Amino acid sequence: MATSQVYLEQLRRSFAIAKKDIRVYYSKGPVVISGILFPASLFLAFCMGRHMSMSFLIPGLLAITLLFTATAVSPVVAPWETMMRTLERLVSCPVVVSTIIFGDMLASSIFGVAISIVPILVGLVAGVNMLHPFILALGIILSASCFSSLGLIFSSPPTSMPATIQMLSSIVKFSLVFISGIFIPLDELPAWGKGIASISPLTYFTDLARYCVQGNSQYPVFIDLVVILAFTVLFLVVAIKLHERNLPKRF
Amino acid sequence: MNESLAVEVANLTKYYGELLAVDHITFSVREGEIFGLLGPNGAGKTTTVRILAGVIKADGGSAHIMRHPARSLQAKQMTGVVPELTNAYPDLSARNNLMFMTELYGISASRGKKRADQLLKELDLYERKDQLVRTFSRGMKQRLILCMALVNDPQVLFLDEPTSGLDVRSTRLIRDMLREFNKNGRTVFLTTHDMEEANQLCDRVAIMNHGKIAVIDTPMKLRSAVSGLHSVEVSFDKHIGTEALSGLAGVNAVRKEGDRLRLYASEPSVVVASVVDYARSTGLRIIALNILTPSLEEAFVELTEKGEIHGN
Ligand SMILES: Nc1ncnc2c1ncn2[C@@H]1O[C@H](COP(=O)(O)OP(=O)(O)OP(=O)(O)O)[C@@H](O)[C@H]1O
Ligand SMILES: [Mg+2]
Repeated sequence: MATSQVYLEQLRRSFAIAKKDIRVYYSKGPVVISGILFPASLFLAFCMGRHMSMSFLIPGLLAITLLFTATAVSPVVAPWETMMRTLERLVSCPVVVSTIIFGDMLASSIFGVAISIVPILVGLVAGVNMLHPFILALGIILSASCFSSLGLIFSSPPTSMPATIQMLSSIVKFSLVFISGIFIPLDELPAWGKGIASISPLTYFTDLARYCVQGNSQYPVFIDLVVILAFTVLFLVVAIKLHERNLPKRF
Repeated sequence: MNESLAVEVANLTKYYGELLAVDHITFSVREGEIFGLLGPNGAGKTTTVRILAGVIKADGGSAHIMRHPARSLQAKQMTGVVPELTNAYPDLSARNNLMFMTELYGISASRGKKRADQLLKELDLYERKDQLVRTFSRGMKQRLILCMALVNDPQVLFLDEPTSGLDVRSTRLIRDMLREFNKNGRTVFLTTHDMEEANQLCDRVAIMNHGKIAVIDTPMKLRSAVSGLHSVEVSFDKHIGTEALSGLAGVNAVRKEGDRLRLYASEPSVVVASVVDYARSTGLRIIALNILTPSLEEAFVELTEKGEIHGN
């Protein structure tokens, strides 16, 4: 088989893995419900009693929702499959590690994208204008891939304990929420705050979403997209490398 | 590389930290052969199968499946695997588990569906095909795992203790399926603790211990190789003490087994003659008289407990 054909065939198998993930992990009620309820309650807790416009709030809600849903399951697939003893069979199939990881990433992103429709609908109902829907859609898809790849880095330690991984990933997720200009606009942050914010991929998505809703942003929207893309590639490559190293240790 | 070898292993080595789990083993399996890997717990059987199935990497030596390096996509594409401790996805139906496998082997949906249904019927799971695997019994799960290993109609099938802990019916279904699969010229590589299974199924068996292969031969030859373990089983119409027979010509030892006496001998025919003479001279009637070759189990115990065994 020609090399390009091999890649295409592996890509197809990634889709099969994504379909399996969605069937097995995402079609479960609790995952979907907590994917919506968790970001919503977190968000409400912080915005209660503060006077902020809907067009400021909705991009923040969207950002939190996307982060939490796109990383809801991707960190636990590998430990879960190790624990359930389904992994050995999967690994003995003709798929390489990147095929498996890419499939998990796809499933996780699709879930993030699908649930992100909820805060957008909330915004539309509340009368928020979507000025740049296509850029927003592009930003959502890219960021969903970015966050789910980040989740796959968390899942790389060769443990069979989903809870350990879940805790680790929660700590990182919460930290990201507080450093990414979601509750306080970037331009109101001190210089050190901006510095910290600039290392979080969530900052760039929040910024992009504000541009699409409010029309103005801290960074040029093109930069937001490029930075998110760069983070995605970085996270995905690191996740694949780590899993390649750790996968045999799961047996 | 030899054209007709399904599995070719040379100097294969695997360490777990300090522990040498697989110790420079060399062997090969011909195409169309049923090959059994026997050995006590911790011998290194599972580790060997995992290397051959491409799940883990060896630390040294080489392993080829149908002339492709183990772990390569080509080798995996031609291989079916039933790992030692494994599950199908409990939250998918039997059918969906199989369809997932067909997709991973790049089999088209229509062909995959046909193949899945055919296998489900052959292993008596068709009635339950749309139910979640979590509702299956252990035997049904193991049969499904075998179906999953066969979706790609593999050239070589690896099975790690495929029937351990299963009831008679599931065991028989699986063994029949393996024989049927082998009839079409396909290769089967299995590990087992069950001597009878190896005896019934395998063309050749390798006995592994402490990461090394002690011996490879046909079950028949292995049994007869353990000479001195031949025995003659006899029962008389009256009770006879063991000491009365231990003095007979050719008898090495005597053991009482229920109402029978078992006489160990290197030359069973000599013992038969002396037993007949003994009966005639004492007026006893012989009710049963059998020559027993050592079981594979005895060969196994003998070969693995001799302490240090070297070489292949
Ligand atoms: N993942 C692992 N990490 C560390 N040591 C291991 C690992 N897997 C196996 N071992 C060790 O390697 C040796 C060989 O184990 P292996 O599982 O291959 O034996 P086996 O012949 O399959 O035994 P059994 O009949 O009990 O299944 C054992 O001493 C075992 O403890
Ligand atoms: Mg084993």
